Amino acid sequence: MSLVRAQHLSKTYRVGDIEVPAVRGVDFVIEPASFVAFVGPSGSGKSTLLNLIGCLDHPTSGTLTVLDADIATLDRRAAARFRGSHIGFVFQDFNLIPVLTVFENVEYPLRMVQEWPAAKRRAQVLRLLEAVGMADQADKRPDQISGGQKQRVAIARALVSQPKLVLADEPTANLDHDTAYRVLQLMKKMRDEFRTTFVFSTHDPKIMGEAESTFILEDGQLLSAAHHNAAEAAHA
Amino acid sequence: MLDVLSIASRNLARYRRRTLLTLLLIVIGMVAVLLFIAVAGSFRAMMVGQITDSILGHVQVHRKGYVASIDNLPLNLNLKPPMVAKVEEDLKQNPAVETWSPRVKFGGMFSNFVETTAIRVNGVDPAREAATVPLLPGRMVEGDKAGPLVGRGQIVIPLLLARGMKTKLGDTVVVVATNRDGSVNGRTFVVRGILESATGPGGRDGYIHIDDARELLRMSEPEVSEIAVRLKDFSKLGRVEGQFRESLGGLTNKEGKPVLEVHPWSDLSPFANLARMIDLMTLFIKIVLVAIVLVSVMNVMIMAVFERIREIGTIAAIGTPPGRILSLFLAEGLMLGIVGTVAGTLVSLAAILGINLWQPTFNFGQQQNLVMAPTIAAGDVLTIAALVVVVAIVASLQPAWKASRMDPISALRHV
Ligand SMILES: Nc1ncnc2c1ncn2[C@@H]1O[C@H](COP(=O)(O)OP(=O)(O)O)[C@@H](O)[C@H]1O
Ligand SMILES: [Mg+2]
Repeated sequence: MSLVRAQHLSKTYRVGDIEVPAVRGVDFVIEPASFVAFVGPSGSGKSTLLNLIGCLDHPTSGTLTVLDADIATLDRRAAARFRGSHIGFVFQDFNLIPVLTVFENVEYPLRMVQEWPAAKRRAQVLRLLEAVGMADQADKRPDQISGGQKQRVAIARALVSQPKLVLADEPTANLDHDTAYRVLQLMKKMRDEFRTTFVFSTHDPKIMGEAESTFILEDGQLLSAAHHNAAEAAHA
Repeated sequence: MLDVLSIASRNLARYRRRTLLTLLLIVIGMVAVLLFIAVAGSFRAMMVGQITDSILGHVQVHRKGYVASIDNLPLNLNLKPPMVAKVEEDLKQNPAVETWSPRVKFGGMFSNFVETTAIRVNGVDPAREAATVPLLPGRMVEGDKAGPLVGRGQIVIPLLLARGMKTKLGDTVVVVATNRDGSVNGRTFVVRGILESATGPGGRDGYIHIDDARELLRMSEPEVSEIAVRLKDFSKLGRVEGQFRESLGGLTNKEGKPVLEVHPWSDLSPFANLARMIDLMTLFIKIVLVAIVLVSVMNVMIMAVFERIREIGTIAAIGTPPGRILSLFLAEGLMLGIVGTVAGTLVSLAAILGINLWQPTFNFGQQQNLVMAPTIAAGDVLTIAALVVVVAIVASLQPAWKASRMDPISALRHV
């Protein structure tokens, strides 16, 4: 059973009288516990596609099934609930909440989205901070840590409520190459540890090599079917 | 501890200067309102107290038509003894009534054998009058405040008259009055006391014994011009007045027409308008307070939402329910309101206490050096505090609602 299944999926934005086709009839399947990249130049439709998979947007046509749910049928509230329980997000700009400590940022989904009991919550947050190597920075504020560290915290936040799927739209675009590489290694390690599917997007060809399967996007269309990096797949 | 209130308080602390400015506005508004209520309210209570407790009483009962021509002090509109008895019966049965004082009032001439001037004479039962208007004996600037208010053959005159006529305590004077039938009668009195003038009606009021008044007017039976009533609880005036209107207003004459009229003090004194003006100003200043809190809190919350659009996009994307986003922002408004209210209340109470320690004096009419002693009822403080908190929440509603309805994608793309 696949985790995400898109059939003839399209998304067209309407700006006044002009129609902007951002995603044009794509078909793809994402398997559980895979490590997938959508790659393409700026404007190719990566964010649009990830927003659709992340239940942040509705398709214009075609079907998109995420964890057996037809995305088109979810209303605002249901979509929020669905995201809160099944999907983790990592953002290009990290988007940590500035008034919360590292610990509290990771705790946030367990407190304000789901309602875990305090003791369980604490154990889970510590476990994730440990896993991303940020346990010793737990009491710092976001503005006291580096970009790479922020993204580690963001990854911990995305994983803390044990989602099936983590979406990362250009997670490394604001990081230098070494840091970007280490963040991707961390994501992969997390996938290995928690069996969570990671889907990320990038316009950086150097980064795309880190994915185990890659979809190339151009003008809203998939250029090739999933290209599997055999060596990486075997490693998984 | 991570919860809605702690996040809200940290966001308020994050923009410290703006938060402090908003709080300052709320505090200034609250201090203005509470001080006004305390000072104006005490002044109002003092003024009303002077009028009711030294002149009018709380409620007055007259024969129908008397008040309309009260300036003439008509003698043909007195209550006859059977009617007086009925009224007294009724007053006796009403548990809200503390006491009452029957009066015979007339206009007369006051003479010191050299000069003559006009006087309004109140014929009273000394004990009853002192019980009904307890501040009256205290207004005596000359003469014994403690003894009976006025005995047979004695007169208490206002300072205005004493000064004008150069009359002293113990002097013998003449009061001349026209009787109902048009004949004139005069009598000598010994000045037993001189009253400090009160403001408004009463400035030319002298007091003699009610029996002397009846003799002077050659009444064949003990008539009464007005009955002044004192209630046990002045604050229940409205309700008791209603009871009176029903019971006393229901008494009819042989033709079936009502014979009596009932008036609260406020119908009888021009100062009631001043009291109403103070009430109106209190209302206005409350409206200004509401506007200040509404505008300042709404302004700060609109800015808070605008500045944090990406943050809102983030928490919405990761699945925070819209209701919780709403409550995050409402909590900020609520805390602004509560902190502002607490600070405003403390500063106001300190200011009121300060005024009481300082004891500034002021003049009211003829009365000099009245000490301003503002007080405020806990109920007023609570009402204003609740008002501020509620307005702060209301002011946050629209911005908070906007935040909770934000589309995560466009919010995240916001720069
Ligand atoms: N909200 C929108 N309204 C109109 N056009 C949009 C909107 N979002 C994206 N687009 C357009 O859709 C296309 C794909 O955009 P996007 O998905 O952001 O691409 P990428 O993330 O690969 O850079 C672009 O041409 C972009 O201009
Ligand atoms: Mg993009």
